[in-house]
Amino acid sequence: MKIHEYQAKAILAGHGVPVPKGEVTDTPPAARAVAERLGGRVVVKAQIHAGGRGKGGGVKLARSPAEAERAASQILGMMLKTPQTGPEGQRVKRVLVEEAMAIHQELYLGVVLDRRVGLPVIMASPAGGMEIEEVAATSPEKILRAAVDPAGGLFPYVGRKLAYGLGVPAELVRPTADLILALARAYQEKDCSLAEINPLVVTGDGRVLALDAKMTFDDNALFRHPEIRELRDLDEEAPLEVEASRFGLNYIKLDGTVGCMVNGAGLAMATMDIIQQAGGAPANFLDVGGGASAEQIENAFRILMADPHVGAVLINIFGGILRCDRLAAGVIQAARTLKVQVPIVIRMEGTNVAQGKQMLRESGLNFLTADSMAEAARMVVAASRGRA
Amino acid sequence: MSILVDRATRLLVQGITGKEGSFHARACREYGTKVVAGVTPGKGGTEQDGVPVFHTVAEAVAATGVNCSLIFVPPAFAADAILEAADAGVPLVVCITEGIPALDMVRVKRALEGGKTRLVGPNCPGLISPGKAKVGIMPGHIHRPGRVGVVSRSGTLTYEAVHQLTALGLGQSTCVGIGGDPVTGTSFVDCLRLFEADAETDVVLLIGEIGGTAEEEAAAFVKTHMTKPVVGYVAGRTAPPGRRMGHAGAIIAGGAGTAAEKIAALRRAGIRVVQSPAEMGKGIAAALARRGVGARPGRRPRAGRRRLSAGGARRR
Repeated sequence: MKIHEYQAKAILAGHGVPVPKGEVTDTPPAARAVAERLGGRVVVKAQIHAGGRGKGGGVKLARSPAEAERAASQILGMMLKTPQTGPEGQRVKRVLVEEAMAIHQELYLGVVLDRRVGLPVIMASPAGGMEIEEVAATSPEKILRAAVDPAGGLFPYVGRKLAYGLGVPAELVRPTADLILALARAYQEKDCSLAEINPLVVTGDGRVLALDAKMTFDDNALFRHPEIRELRDLDEEAPLEVEASRFGLNYIKLDGTVGCMVNGAGLAMATMDIIQQAGGAPANFLDVGGGASAEQIENAFRILMADPHVGAVLINIFGGILRCDRLAAGVIQAARTLKVQVPIVIRMEGTNVAQGKQMLRESGLNFLTADSMAEAARMVVAASRGRA
Repeated sequence: MSILVDRATRLLVQGITGKEGSFHARACREYGTKVVAGVTPGKGGTEQDGVPVFHTVAEAVAATGVNCSLIFVPPAFAADAILEAADAGVPLVVCITEGIPALDMVRVKRALEGGKTRLVGPNCPGLISPGKAKVGIMPGHIHRPGRVGVVSRSGTLTYEAVHQLTALGLGQSTCVGIGGDPVTGTSFVDCLRLFEADAETDVVLLIGEIGGTAEEEAAAFVKTHMTKPVVGYVAGRTAPPGRRMGHAGAIIAGGAGTAAEKIAALRRAGIRVVQSPAEMGKGIAAALARRGVGARPGRRPRAGRRRLSAGGARRR
């Protein structure tokens, strides 16, 4: 789960990470009032989940409260386009108004799970402000790493070592080390999948603080963090994906025209791949899970068919836990209820397959059945072209 | 032989009185696995479908000689269940549970380090040595005893692969689902090492997916340590970056973990990677046919080769 910058900064501040003074607002006059309280010179920052906001015009420097109001009126309500948003952009509903400051050094700090060793690892780099992946690709020697102990956390000496490695002024080594430990603590206590400060800045007046912050959380751990769950902003998520998650379905919208419904994540990805190999383009990823009921299948179908680009549907089910007769019942019921017009190719295998196929044949509806993945992909791509 | 599970497996099911646990405990037993005990705290002294239930794993081990545990405990308590099994000295723990917090698994992995318990999973279908023992949730009937080792990060995609193999007359020695989470117990490399040493495995099918570096590590191992042929498939060529594709571990993060990179790494290690998920079985058949030419005496690739032509693997 993702959250906004202002929310991440509030969490980090609660763990002892210094952040700039600032407030989040949703109107230009309120932005002006915040700027007045902060002494005039401020930065107005669009609050959307996607990164790259500055490049899209979502971050503006204001030298006075009046300028802050103007900047906020330009940013609030805009469709902000960044490399991480869709082509249509994301509507800005809130801005963070923060004190502007002279920056002497821009550094990078981030904690992620290193899957190779199965431990969280903190990365620190003097090349702040850049994407860490870019630094990793061009000058990997500039990235310092240290593992976070699952029981003991990050040890103080590791914080000091990283602070010295970052090359901060001598008098800032201690606050920087403290900040590094605080970031690691926040990562562990809040079950993050990413906690990143980029840039971490050393200011002209001798402070070290988090100028920007990004936190994402392990969805699997949200059950024990109700305070984090409350920060979820559904406006930032694709409506169909939100709808799918309400039914425990795993749906991701893509750009193609061939809808697919599959049981199991790996088989769902493989089905997307084989659709592309057959010359089509998948419209979505949709994993209905292992034990989907007829009702669940109907929900899945409704979400699939809500995408107007879908010209044909491929249902690929390998019944392990899921029974083919139950699947067939669900598909028939859904196709009737939703009056589905597009061709539906069904390939199923496993428990009670003969019974399932018989039910489809006898339904009187226009289903195409395939005996293998390859055949199903060819059929569905042809069917989707027939419509287009 | 086969790897990890066989006729000597004495299975404990943790969470045996739950819906999933009771269903799959029955299915494992119907397949022929010796299900000797169940554990549900608070239900010790009762029976589930004739299987004695204990409060703790330690009691179950002492009373029934358990040597393998299969876990169906809900995600919030699953890490604890794994640790309990390890503490009771169970040498093989298979965790089916999906949705365990990643940092719980970080702690589990650290706790198991250096110990004598092997963990398979979590978020996996388990493992099966066809004709001998099923320790998992896979449909047993699609499998057939044979000499192909299968190791995979996926569940149903593995069933698809097994289905293709069986249709070609190619049985399996053992099929292991290592799970789709970012932190798992047993890796591709662990399984490859076991298959390499298993006298009843001739060839290995490795099914990977986007995210992480497990396939790259497998490639490095194959290059330096494997004499048996390995055939690969990697799911997720069409997956967009930054999105978690169902499995918590299936995400292209920071431009790393793409299918293209993984396929390239596997190929550099001499692994034949099939392009299409419909070709996994045929890929294995072809590898066996190649191996059959000039194979060591006493091996059995001929059976595979004969069935291959009879099964019409190359017909399409």
